[in-house]
Amino acid sequence: MLIEVKNASHIYRQEQGYKALDNINLTISDHEFIGLVGHTGSGKSTLVQLFNGLIKPTEGQVIVDGIDITKDKVNLKEIRQKIGLVFQYPEHQLFEETIFNDVAFGPRNLALSEEEIYERVKEALDLVGLDFEYFKNRSPFNLSGGQQRKVAIAGVLAMKPEVLILDEPSAGLDPRGREQLIELLDYLHHQQGVTIILISHRMEEVARLSTRVLVMNQGRLVLDGPPEEVFSQVERLREIDLDLPEITEILWRLKEKGINVRTNIFTIPEAVNEIATELRRLKPC
Amino acid sequence: MSLVELREVGFSYNENDTPALKNISLSIESGDFVAIIGGNGSGKSTLAKLLNVLLIPSSGEVIIAGMNTAEEENKWKIRQKVGMVFQNPDNQLVATMVEDDVAFGPENLGIPSPEIRQRVDRALKMVGMDGFQKHAPHKLSGGQKQRVAIAGIIAMEPECIVLDEPTAMLDPRGRKEVMETVEYLNKEKGITIIYITHFMEEAVLADKIVVMNQGLIYNQGSPAEIFQDIAGLKKVNLDVPVVVELASGLRKAGISLPGVLSIDGLVNNLC
Repeated sequence: MLIEVKNASHIYRQEQGYKALDNINLTISDHEFIGLVGHTGSGKSTLVQLFNGLIKPTEGQVIVDGIDITKDKVNLKEIRQKIGLVFQYPEHQLFEETIFNDVAFGPRNLALSEEEIYERVKEALDLVGLDFEYFKNRSPFNLSGGQQRKVAIAGVLAMKPEVLILDEPSAGLDPRGREQLIELLDYLHHQQGVTIILISHRMEEVARLSTRVLVMNQGRLVLDGPPEEVFSQVERLREIDLDLPEITEILWRLKEKGINVRTNIFTIPEAVNEIATELRRLKPC
Repeated sequence: MSLVELREVGFSYNENDTPALKNISLSIESGDFVAIIGGNGSGKSTLAKLLNVLLIPSSGEVIIAGMNTAEEENKWKIRQKVGMVFQNPDNQLVATMVEDDVAFGPENLGIPSPEIRQRVDRALKMVGMDGFQKHAPHKLSGGQKQRVAIAGIIAMEPECIVLDEPTAMLDPRGRKEVMETVEYLNKEKGITIIYITHFMEEAVLADKIVVMNQGLIYNQGSPAEIFQDIAGLKKVNLDVPVVVELASGLRKAGISLPGVLSIDGLVNNLC
């Protein structure tokens, strides 16, 4: 599923003159894992809502699999089934009496058979790590926040999207919850070939998972490339006051002090190895 | 006497459930900055709610400045001493103008109007929101909203502020703003801070850390002491700051390094 954004700008009606998006050009191909970063208000959430037609840009085009979805009479229902969007704090949108029915809500709107719906709900709950038999008849409202988040994500997975967009999915989760989420995204990307677009303030998460990082600032797409490349634009990132992944920050600071380490490293063991090797070279024991 | 004292405190939400807290004893002194960390369900939010009488212990006692929270007549006196800030700023702001919001608490205390005016202005200055008196709270950023919520507490002139994951819903910029405000209130104004967080880089800034796990205190001590136990913290579902883990890895690789908790500390010790 190819998503192309051409010369897209967007102005919200109540904020006349302020461009939430300013001339965005972008192509997203199959099987990419995109990390989308930028400050609050930089346009990230507006951008992803263009992809499935929730927002029509005030200028420009959004083309999904060759179809310009900004045109009238486009079947957006089909697009939204293929491009799933998990909003921030999706657990606030749970509403059914049982977890089964909540997850089944989307598939039911697709007019699938009850057997197919049952299979999809079961599969989706398995994917997010919730035991189907134990949870299916329970109320989503008696779960912990972390479990509610999983139910909400399962509801989107049950639609079997080809592209999955997640807006700050790990906000407020504890380390275990975050780790489970990262594993899920990694699995969907590698094993099921789902294209992932992840909005996150956690640079470590983005650096570790993404094949491509997009940086937004004041409605513009200012950086676009593999994580190694984007996170090496240190001056540019500091200019727009965006954090680096902590490991990258440490490596850069060492480099600036004359310890000549590589900076395109995003895991702790590799960083330890790199720093130790370089220090030994400088001061042989 | 300590400002906050928990004596063998247990708490259960329902009689048949596993207790959320089991036999907690803890003292917090006036002027302390204490961070409480722990995974989801470790009991840290329950502990916070016991401190300003949103909950009463099922067993044991909570004593605030000599007053037992279980005695009804102490409730409002304690709430005046211990203010509370919650996770979601949108649920805490009630008025249509920032100054009315900050004045809400002192008005309920029956403070005369001219003094309320002074307290509101002073509180907004302390959280770096002076000049926003007439702004609409819903148009502020997350970090600004949370600072207004803190100002509303400060205007009641408490001795202690309990913050229950105040940065969980904020972006990095908002997190920084709130942390700087909290540090300022503690270091410059001497307000006792009890700060519950999932962010280890925030916990590192406290004088003392209490680690909760499954309703019990797993460990307590200075940040340097707490973050020595990397394996233990991971076992109780907590992160270790990247700097601490990297430093530990370098030590294992034979590089001599003292305990470090910040990027500056690490970089300066290596160069």
